[in-house]
Parts: sequence; structure tokens; C-alpha cells
Amino acid sequence: MPGLRGFVLEALPGDEEDLFSAVLAVLGQSFTVATDPDARGGGERRRTWLDTFDWRLYRAGLMLQFEQARRGGRLLLSRTDGTPQAEQAVTSWPRRPPLDLPEGPVRDRIAVLISPRALLPIVRAVSTASVTRLLNADGKTVARLTADHITVTAPSRAATTAELAPRLAVAEVRGYPGPARKATALLAGLPGVAYASQDVFIAALTALGRHPADYSSSVAAEITAEMPAPVAVARLLLRLLDTLESNVDGVLRDIDTEFLHDLRVAVRRTRSAIKLLGVVLPDELAAHYKDEFKWLGDVTTPVRDLDVHLLGFDAVAGRLEAASPADLEPLRVFLAQRRVREFRRLATALRGPRVRAIADDWRKALLEIRDTGASRRRRPTAEALALSTTGLAFRRIAAQGGSITPESPPESLHDLRKRAKELRYLLEFFAPLHDPVAYRKVVGDLKQLQDCLGDFQDSEVQRDEIRTLADAMLAERTAPAATLLAMGEIAAKLARSQAEARDEFAARFARFAGPDGRERVRVLLEGRL
Amino acid sequence: MIFATYNIKGGVGKTTAAVNLAYLSAADGNRTLLWDLDPQGAASFLFRIKPRVKGGGKALIRGTKALDDAIKGTDFDDLDLIPADFTYRNMDLLLGGADKKPTRRIAQLLRPLAAEYDHVFLDCPPSISLVSENVMHAADVLVVPLIPTTLSVRTLDQLTEFVAGFSGHRPQVCAFFSMVDRRKRLHLEIIKTLQAERADVAATPIPALSLIERMSVERAPITAFAPRSVAARAYRDLWTELTKDI
Repeated sequence: MPGLRGFVLEALPGDEEDLFSAVLAVLGQSFTVATDPDARGGGERRRTWLDTFDWRLYRAGLMLQFEQARRGGRLLLSRTDGTPQAEQAVTSWPRRPPLDLPEGPVRDRIAVLISPRALLPIVRAVSTASVTRLLNADGKTVARLTADHITVTAPSRAATTAELAPRLAVAEVRGYPGPARKATALLAGLPGVAYASQDVFIAALTALGRHPADYSSSVAAEITAEMPAPVAVARLLLRLLDTLESNVDGVLRDIDTEFLHDLRVAVRRTRSAIKLLGVVLPDELAAHYKDEFKWLGDVTTPVRDLDVHLLGFDAVAGRLEAASPADLEPLRVFLAQRRVREFRRLATALRGPRVRAIADDWRKALLEIRDTGASRRRRPTAEALALSTTGLAFRRIAAQGGSITPESPPESLHDLRKRAKELRYLLEFFAPLHDPVAYRKVVGDLKQLQDCLGDFQDSEVQRDEIRTLADAMLAERTAPAATLLAMGEIAAKLARSQAEARDEFAARFARFAGPDGRERVRVLLEGRL
Repeated sequence: MIFATYNIKGGVGKTTAAVNLAYLSAADGNRTLLWDLDPQGAASFLFRIKPRVKGGGKALIRGTKALDDAIKGTDFDDLDLIPADFTYRNMDLLLGGADKKPTRRIAQLLRPLAAEYDHVFLDCPPSISLVSENVMHAADVLVVPLIPTTLSVRTLDQLTEFVAGFSGHRPQVCAFFSMVDRRKRLHLEIIKTLQAERADVAATPIPALSLIERMSVERAPITAFAPRSVAARAYRDLWTELTKDI
């Protein structure tokens, strides 16, 4: 609508009607006001804002809204400043996630951005709008005032509801910019009426006790250099536990594969933190949870392995040269069936008492350390712990990697990959203590090395898995010869990419651990002392 | 689609037809624009819009002011209006001096609005002039109100012949009987004869009713303020007839 200007009524609950009467009275000084019950834009309106669990749309500066009509509705994609980007009609919409987007301009615009994540309803809003016409001396409508009463709901299991402050908007009638300006000025001067600084979506989140992009899988624990090390480690582990727990529901509802992925990353990080930093925790605590998190990691592995195969399936099938992609279809069916079985096992474990005990008791123990650690006897600071552990992890990689020759067994590279991952986690844990520029340089080099080691090991693991899958399919008599041949071709390609990764290794390692790489690490660790 | 209400004579129900048909078009969900070309500004008055265009007709015809900037929203959804202006009385002179193709200037001015509006209505002043010739060249349908008299039948013949002489685009002529008094035998006879003889005369007549005159008191289309009245229903039937082939 041209000339739309938004206000909120900052009245106490119950006083809104009085304030609205005051609004009409002040407008009545310059216009004749007439309510219009049949006006377009009046009546009830139902909207749902959608995003992925990790806010991929919002982080990309976008907002997606589903406006419900009697049948189906419209999807409206806009920038976070409200600029429209795309829209498409939707004939039907599933009541529960995952919400698969039908073909159309909105899907075209966001499919790549959100893949492989699913869209979730973030906030639902029901608004009731009433329209008042502002008439000039000739009785001509020269502006319209819309008052919107909005109730918002968080569509989680424990659905919470909030009322937003009523919103007012003055809309210009085409060719009459003056009266709309005048009405806006009158409203702006009225006590209790304020410019709407937040979009309805953001205001709704705030009212529901949330804020945009309030989930991220990154570590980002609130630690400082001077903090006692046990407090910092407890904070770190609590943050990882939060991430882990916030993904459980999405895993159990099987909304998309990334819930399990993020949960597993949180588990791996926790295990590394216990291993590398557990020295500042009580011995028996570290020892017990080391085993618990290993178990938790292991129960999630089969489903994730199958997810990886299924996610990359089309790409792998598309790269076949001798075989046809259709030959692989029985493998897809086999993987999907297996996933159903494994998922059932995973869900049973996640709903079981052992996971509940980890969540509750681990949190309790960590909270105690966080809250009492500062008052205990003098311990090393977070900074001292960061320096000693990071330095040690780097030296270990340099020594271990330096002894690898073209003749070394694959296990030596697999082992180096673990060490590299540990160093990466340490860097991430203590990221708030590092100089950002020096941090980015070291992480950049390390990432290159990790990618190479990852390609090397993953190719081998996947090749072994293909062999195991082929055996299982043969045993269950679900593998036609063409499928096995296609799987053979995939195995051959994997062997080739493993060999390529091995060829790359020396150069990547030299960049990371050679004189320049060492210097970058030295700057990182000593630069802030 | 561009509709133009036209008759060489004044006071035959041209403006009331334009206003009510434009309203019905918008009520059907069509984005509709009505251009009040008559310097008397009756259509503008009926929509409570001041008959004034900044810079006058001169600025519009010469293109120094975009037609778009002169558009005013009416009180009704999807219905906009370009008001009349007293300077339109000199529009013939303006059109004559404006362009190499003086009879095509209005069509040319309307072209940029084609994407914004589904239907445009031109309410043309009476008389034969460069303005009416422009309107005929711009229109897809010429809606011609006829008072059922022998003379007005001659007028329709003349108009049809005139349009037939156009090279290129020719508007479809669609006449309808206006201000019909069912108590007058002559009215009924002429209607009967002409509707039987000619395909370009609509089956729906618009009766002469005092309620139609009330429009100038209500300052709104009768189809808006008395939608269930006989008059409003007659305009609805006429609109259905006019659009049945669209």
C-alpha cells in the first residue's frame, strides 16, 4: 500500500480502546472519520513465518511468510527490511513439518539456500484488522487508517501465545499524499502512539521470548581470558549441551537430516573437550561422561551414515559413466529401508533413560562447576589453558604429520585427521580469546589440511561401506547384477579420489606445519600475550 | 480493454453509464480507470473528486505531466479516476497542435497504463471534434447511449459509417437505449424495431428513473449506493452483455 506508515499503541492492556478513541478524536479534528466494516484489508488474517531451524533465510537477509486464504494461500518472500522478493500461490499446506515447498518462484529463489534443511513454522499470527476511512470536506475518502490486533503463537509443543501491542497504519489514497501525511503527523504527536520500529515478525519473536537467529550450531561460549579454567570449560560444555538438547526434538520428529548432524557435532565436540580440557574437571566426572558421550555418538552413527549416502545419492548416480543412474535405484530403496530400521533404534535410545540421565546429571554437575569454580582455590585461567592445550595439539600434529611418508599406512593419515579435528575444536572453543585475523589465518590453513584428510578417509570408509552394503543386498537378494556393477563403479571412483587426496597431502601439510604455518600459529598464540 | 461512452448529443446518460459501468468493472475485481474527458466534470463530481489537473489539459496532452501523476483513487477498491479540468474545453486545439498524428494522441497517452489497468473507461464530451475522434481511435468498444427517438437512430447510423471509414483499428460500436420511458409507445416501438434490425444494439435498456438522478445528490454510482434497485440491475445486465465476449 502506498504511503503506509506504521505505529504501535503503547497502551497498558485494557486501555487500548481508550487510546484508540483518542486516536479517532485527534484525527476527527481534520477529517470526518467513518468506520468501514467491509473494507478490503479488514477482517481476519492468518500468517505463519517460516525458516529453517538454523535461520538460513533470516541470516541471508530474507523473511518468508505464508498468508493463509480460505483454500491454500500465498508464500511471500521479502528482505528483512520488507522489500518484496518473490511470491507464489500454494494450494495446500501440510499441517505439520517438514514443509516441502511446491514448485514456483519462491522455491526457485530459496531451494539452494536452505538445502538440505526443511522449513519450519517459527511464529503464527492471527490478526484482526478494522479500517477507518478519513474523509475530506467533500465526503471523499482521502486516507485509510487500519488498526490491527495481533495474537502470536510459537508453534512448538508447548504452544505459547502473546498479544502484540495494537498496530496502526495510515494508507494513502492514490493522488492524495497530503492527507496521509497530515494523519501521520497527527498520530505521531499523540502520547501513547509510537512509530513501529519492529516488523511484526520480530515483534512477535520478542513477545514470545525469542529473537531472530537464536540458534546456531557454532560453539560461541561466553568465556574470557581471565576466567578460571574450570568455569570456562563448564560454560563451553554447557553451551554444547544446549546445542545437543535443542536438536533432539528435530531428530525424533525426523524433520531434516541436519538435526542429527548438529547433534553429532555437539557430541564430538563434547568428547574432545572432555579429552583435551577434562584435566580441569573432577577426574571421576570426566571419566564417566567420556564413556557416556562415546555411547551417544555411537548410537547416532548408523542413521547418519545412511543419511550421508542418501543425501549424496543423486550426485553420485549422476557421475556414473559406465552404469546408468537407474541401475542404482535398488540401492536407494535398500538404504531407505535400512534407515527406517536404524531410525527406530536411534529414537528408542534418544527417548531412553540413559540420554535423560546424561542431559540432567551432566548439566547439574557443569552448573555447579560454573557457579562455584571461581571461588575455589587458584586454578589456571582460561587463557593459560587455551595456550597450553592449543600449542600442544599443534606440536603433536607437526610431529605426527612430519613423519608421514608416501609409504606410511592409511591409518597414520586417519590418526592425523583426528588430531587435526581436535586442534580445530580447541581453536573454536577458545575463539573469543584469539585475535580474529590471526585466528582466521590458522583456521584457513587447518581447514585445507582437514578437507584433504577427510577426503582421504571418507573415500576409504565409503568404499568399505559400499562393499558391506553389496554383501547385505546379496544376502537379502535385493541386488540385481546391474546395481552391483554400478556400485563397483562407485567404489572405483572412490579409490581414485582417495589416491588424489593422498597426492595432495604433502603440499597441504607443508602449508599448515611448514615455517610459514608455524609462524602463523606463533602469532596466534603469542600475539595476545 | 478500453471502453468509451460517446454520443454527439449531450444529456443522454453518457456519464451515468460511464460511472456505473466503471464501478461494476472494478467490483468484478478488474483494475479500472475512468478518464473524465468532459470539461463539465460530471463524472469527477459523482466521485467527489475535484475537477482539476495540475498544469491542466495542456500538460497532459503535451506529456510534460505524466498521465499517471494525475490519477486519483476513488472511494472504491480497484477504481481510479483521471479528473476533468476546465482547460479540457480547449483540448481540440491542444490535440491539433501537439503531434504529427493528432487523432491518435489519447491512444498514445494511454499505452503506458495498459499494464496497470484491466479496463479503461473514457467519458467523452458530446460533439464531433478532434477529442471524440481521438477517443474513437483509442477505444476497443464505443458504448453509445441512445434515447429512443427517430433522430437518434440516424445518429447511430452516422457514427457507424464514420467508424467504418477508419483505416486500421476500428472500435466495436455497441449502442444501448437510455432514459427509456416505458409509458411512451414511441419508445417501445423504436426499441423493438431497432433491436430486431441491428446486431450492435444491446438487449438491455436503461430506464429513465428518478433514482438515477439521485446520483448527483448521493455523489456515488447507483450501483454502489442502491445495488438492488431496478436501475442498478439494468446497468449490471448491460455490463454483463458488454463483457460476455471478453
